[in-house]
Amino acid sequence: MSTLNINPSLKGRKVIVHDMCLRDGMHAKREQISIEQMVKVAKAIDDAGVPLLQVTHGAGLGGNSLQHGFALATNEAYLSAVVPQLKQAKVSVLLIPGLGTMRELRSAHACGARSVHVATHCTEADTSPQHIACARELGMDTTGFLMMAHLNTPEGLAQQAKLMESYGAQTVYVTDSAGYMLPGDVKARVQALRDVLKPETEIGFHGHHNLGMGVANSIAAIEAGASRIDASVAGLGAGAGNTPLEVFVAVCERMGIDTGVDLFKLMDVAEDVIVPMMEHMVRVDRESLTLGFAGVYSTFLLHAKRCEKRFGVPARDILVELGRKKMIGGQEDMIEDTAMTLAKERGLLNDVARAA
Amino acid sequence: MAKIKCALIGSGNIGTDLIYKIQRSPVLEPVWMVGIDPQSEGLARARDMGLKVTAEGVDGLLPHVKADGIQIAFDATSAYVHAENSRKLNALGVMMIDLTPAAIGPLCVPPVNLREHADKCEMNVNMISCAGQATIPIVNAVSRVQSVEYAEIVASLSSRSVGPGTRANLDEFTFTTSNALVKVGGARRGKALCIINPADPPVIMRNTIYCLTDGEPDQKAIIDSVLAMIEQVQKYVPGYRLVNGPIFDGKKVSVFMEVAGLGDYLPRYAGNLDIMTAAACRTAEMFAEEILAGTITLKPTAPAAAITAQEAA
Repeated sequence: MSTLNINPSLKGRKVIVHDMCLRDGMHAKREQISIEQMVKVAKAIDDAGVPLLQVTHGAGLGGNSLQHGFALATNEAYLSAVVPQLKQAKVSVLLIPGLGTMRELRSAHACGARSVHVATHCTEADTSPQHIACARELGMDTTGFLMMAHLNTPEGLAQQAKLMESYGAQTVYVTDSAGYMLPGDVKARVQALRDVLKPETEIGFHGHHNLGMGVANSIAAIEAGASRIDASVAGLGAGAGNTPLEVFVAVCERMGIDTGVDLFKLMDVAEDVIVPMMEHMVRVDRESLTLGFAGVYSTFLLHAKRCEKRFGVPARDILVELGRKKMIGGQEDMIEDTAMTLAKERGLLNDVARAA
Repeated sequence: MAKIKCALIGSGNIGTDLIYKIQRSPVLEPVWMVGIDPQSEGLARARDMGLKVTAEGVDGLLPHVKADGIQIAFDATSAYVHAENSRKLNALGVMMIDLTPAAIGPLCVPPVNLREHADKCEMNVNMISCAGQATIPIVNAVSRVQSVEYAEIVASLSSRSVGPGTRANLDEFTFTTSNALVKVGGARRGKALCIINPADPPVIMRNTIYCLTDGEPDQKAIIDSVLAMIEQVQKYVPGYRLVNGPIFDGKKVSVFMEVAGLGDYLPRYAGNLDIMTAAACRTAEMFAEEILAGTITLKPTAPAAAITAQEAA
C-alpha cells in the first residue's frame, strides 16, 4: 500500500491555495520580474479563482539588497500596481525578521497587502513576536512561517508553532524550504502541530519540488490536518520550484478536495504566461536535486551556479559544503565565502596580501 | 600602578564577561556589580570574584561612588533604564559606557573614533551593537580610501549567543546598526541584516561587509587599508579574522570576516558578545589612560536643563 492511496475522508475538504510565483518565483527570475509582468500574472491568477497570491522581492520585505539582489521595482511599487487590478484575490507579503522590519510591513499594508507570512528559521520563532503582533494590529491575515522545517523534530517544531500562535499567528506553516521532506516527514510535523495548536489555528504547508515531492507532500499535509497550501503556477520558484499549483489543483480535483480554483484556466496561465517568462527551465536537474538531497535552502541554487562560473568550483560541491556547514536561509553571503574557501583549497584562488 | 575603579551595571552574560576583561586590564579595576535580583547567579559570581555587589539597582551604588572612587561605569542593562542610570552617575562625575541600544551618547567604534571621544572627554559613549563593532571598522577602512555610496552588512550569529532582549527587538538591532554604518562607517547609506543560525556545534560569528564605492574601487589601496584596520581590531579582539576577500566585482567590495571570542565567561563562538565587551573595555582603557596621565578630568555633569523654546525650534 502506498502512503498516497486516496483517503476518502478528504472528499469535500476545503483547502486555501496560496500562489507564490510572484514572490518565490522572483528567485527563479533573479528578482527581475517587471511591474507589467507582475500585473499580467496576478490578473490571470485572480481570474482563475486563486484566493491568495504573494507579491514581493523573493526574500520579502526589505529584500532589496546586495545580499539578495535588487528587484526591478520596490515592493511598494509592485504592490501598488497589482492590488487595484484584482477582482477577488488578496495579496500577501513575506517578512523575515532580521531582514524586513515593521516599518516595511506598515508600508506594504498601506499599499494594499492584507496577508503576511512572518518567517523565521524553524528553531527561531522567538524572533517574530513584534512582527506578528504588528501584523495583527494592522488587521492582516497573519501566518507564522517556520522555514527549513526538516531541521527540527516534529515535537520541536510544534513548540515553535505554539510560540507563534501565542504571539498572534492565525496560521502556522510547515515550510520545506529545501524540498527535502518526504510525505512521512510532512505528516509527522503537521500532526505534531495539530496536536498542540488551538483548533481554530490553521496549519499550512509550503513545499519545494527538489525531490519531485511537492504535490505528494502537500496532499500528505492535508491528510494530517493542513488547510492552506502554498504552490506556484508552473512551479515558478526557487530550486526546482514550488509545488506546481496547476498539478496540485488537478490532483485535488481528482480527490474531491475543494480549492475553488478553475483548473483549465490555471493550466493556461502556466503554459501561456509563466513558462514563456522562465529564463531557465525550473525543474529537477543536477543542482536542484542536490538541494533536495542535501537539505539546502532552495534559493542558494542560482547563487551557487554564479560562483561556479567565477571561481571554477562546481555548484554541486558548493551546495553540499553549505549543507554540511548547516547554513540556513538568509546566509547567501556564505555561498561566495564557501566557494572562495573551496577555490583556495584547490589552488584556484590566492589570499590577498598587502602591497607594502 | 594606580588603576581606575569601575562599576558594572547588569549582572547577565555581558556584565559577567566584562569582569574577566577588566580584571586583566593594566589600568582598570572592577569594584562594583549592580543587579536587581538578590538571587541572581551573576551577582553571586561577581561576589565570588571579589566585587562588591548590590541588588538595589543603580540607586544601591550611588551612595558608594565617592567613597570607592568609581570613575567609569559600564551599563549592560536595557535601553529603557539606561538614560536614568547615566544621568544619575554622570551627575557624580562617573563616565558611562553604554552597551545597550539606548545610544544617548556618541557612537563609539574604538579603532575608528575612540581617540576623538576621549579627547572631548565625552561622559557617555555608546557601543552600538555587536554587528556594528564587527563591521564598521571594515566599512571605515574602505570609506577612508574612497567614498562609499552604500554599505551593507550581514551578521550571522549562533542561536545560543542571542539573548531574549535581542530576539524580541530585532528591528531596533537593524536600525541601530544601519544608522551607525553611515555615522561611524562613513557610508552615505547603510543596511544591516541579521541571521541567527542554530547549528550545533554552534557556528562562530560571521560578518560579511559589502561596500559600493563611487567609481571603480582602488583595489590595492583598499586591500591595504582593510588589512591595516583588521590589525587594529585584533589588538583587543584577537579572534577577529579575515576569511575571504576583499574581493571586487565592479564597484562592489566584499569582505568576509569571522569573530571568535576569547572564551572568558562566554564561549568562543559567541564572538558577537565578546567583541562588545572587548570594545567596551578598550574604550574604558583609553579614558583611564588619559585620566591617569592627567590629560583629561571627568567632571560631574549638571542635570540637563529643560529644553528652551529656542533650542526646541
